Amino acid sequence: MQTVKMVVTGPFSSGKTQFIGSVSEIDVVATERKITAEGEKDVKDATTVAMDFGRITVDEDLVLYLFGTPGQKRFDFMWEILSEGMLGFIVMIDSARPETFREARSILETFRAYAPTPYVVAANKQDVDDAWEIEDMRNALRLDSSIKLLPCVATDLKSVKSVLLELLYSILAEMETGG
Amino acid sequence: MALNGNLRDFTVTQLLNLVNLASKTGTLVVEGPNERAEVSFRGGKLAYAMIGRENGSLASILHKGKKLSANQYRSIQKRAGHVTDKELGLLLINAGYLSQEDILGALQSNFMGVVRQLFTWVEGFFRFENDKLPEDRINVRLDLENLIIEGSRQLREWEQLQDEIPSLEMALKFADRPGANLKNVNLSVEEWRVVSYITPKNKMSQIAKTTKMDDLEIRRIVYGLIQAGLVEITRPEGAKPKLAQDMFPTQDKQEQKNLVNRLINRISGF
Repeated sequence: MQTVKMVVTGPFSSGKTQFIGSVSEIDVVATERKITAEGEKDVKDATTVAMDFGRITVDEDLVLYLFGTPGQKRFDFMWEILSEGMLGFIVMIDSARPETFREARSILETFRAYAPTPYVVAANKQDVDDAWEIEDMRNALRLDSSIKLLPCVATDLKSVKSVLLELLYSILAEMETGG
Repeated sequence: MALNGNLRDFTVTQLLNLVNLASKTGTLVVEGPNERAEVSFRGGKLAYAMIGRENGSLASILHKGKKLSANQYRSIQKRAGHVTDKELGLLLINAGYLSQEDILGALQSNFMGVVRQLFTWVEGFFRFENDKLPEDRINVRLDLENLIIEGSRQLREWEQLQDEIPSLEMALKFADRPGANLKNVNLSVEEWRVVSYITPKNKMSQIAKTTKMDDLEIRRIVYGLIQAGLVEITRPEGAKPKLAQDMFPTQDKQEQKNLVNRLINRISGF
């Protein structure tokens, strides 16, 4: 059996667990804990402290694993471990919470620095009223026009599927160009 | 859709950067704890700015900029209260009191002063109102790069700079967007020293070493250049995205492509 992996990263409460849950054929193995910090408790009740884990069986010989990183910065020591050997990564960002964009930039730059692999950025929660426009997000996140910034709704399978496919197309394009 | 938030999370410099990069037209409204400010932009350039309860009329700005005496200002208020700023400007030019340059210079310096004041705000809700411009005021066209660089120089908090630029093992390249021109920007000697070493071959850590700057200094300078839209972070040349060997269970290129295609087919079938 061959296995490959992709990593889903992003700030606290950006939708990583939901993203993996939408597409994984097994219930996401989530290592969540109740939140005690007051500010964070307002956003959600539990957070991932080590990683989320999802699986997609491709055929009898190949399995894709999806790993979600913990969103809180104090667990960033896990990021490098999780990113080892990944095929590519997805940075999830909550389009309606500009207060997380700075952290998203930081996560993006950190991953770019130690993981020279293809990646895409998913602008989650594009279906809510307060969501920032994609082009404003691109500028706020300082994304080069060549980087894919994809509108996404992490709870919608079609949307999640499209983000994963875009990442795979980027990986394929990278291979074509001799990467 | 919304372009709004709090200055706690988005500095004024970052907002100017957004407006600049997207060449936005509209008005940025900032509601601070004690005052409200409105800064308008046309095509990504500063057009107008007003803060607090100050009267943002041309007469008041010219008076503040010492282009009109107190008597002249009073007399204009009394007799020409009904004329628009544009009409008043023309009247003053035609009467030989002031030149067009005097008027535009006073407006520009006043608007820049407002933005500089805004740099000191750390709290306050902001929203950008697309395409809204003050109709009855004279607009200027002022590039934002210099203001952005100026605002970025004020950011000295180590933690925030480290968030913005987490790794110095990345390189820099000049932005290729239209309008980004170093010649029009007032850079300090230190900034020029860094700029002279910018090439995708040089990591930021190497530039810091060569220019004898510590981590804080190099981050602060690079942050300003990034905010002004002049440079971008890039992978060092020679470290282009490469598929590392341990990413695939096989080393055969064709099998690797085949594997990715199988993944694509599987996910397409959902």
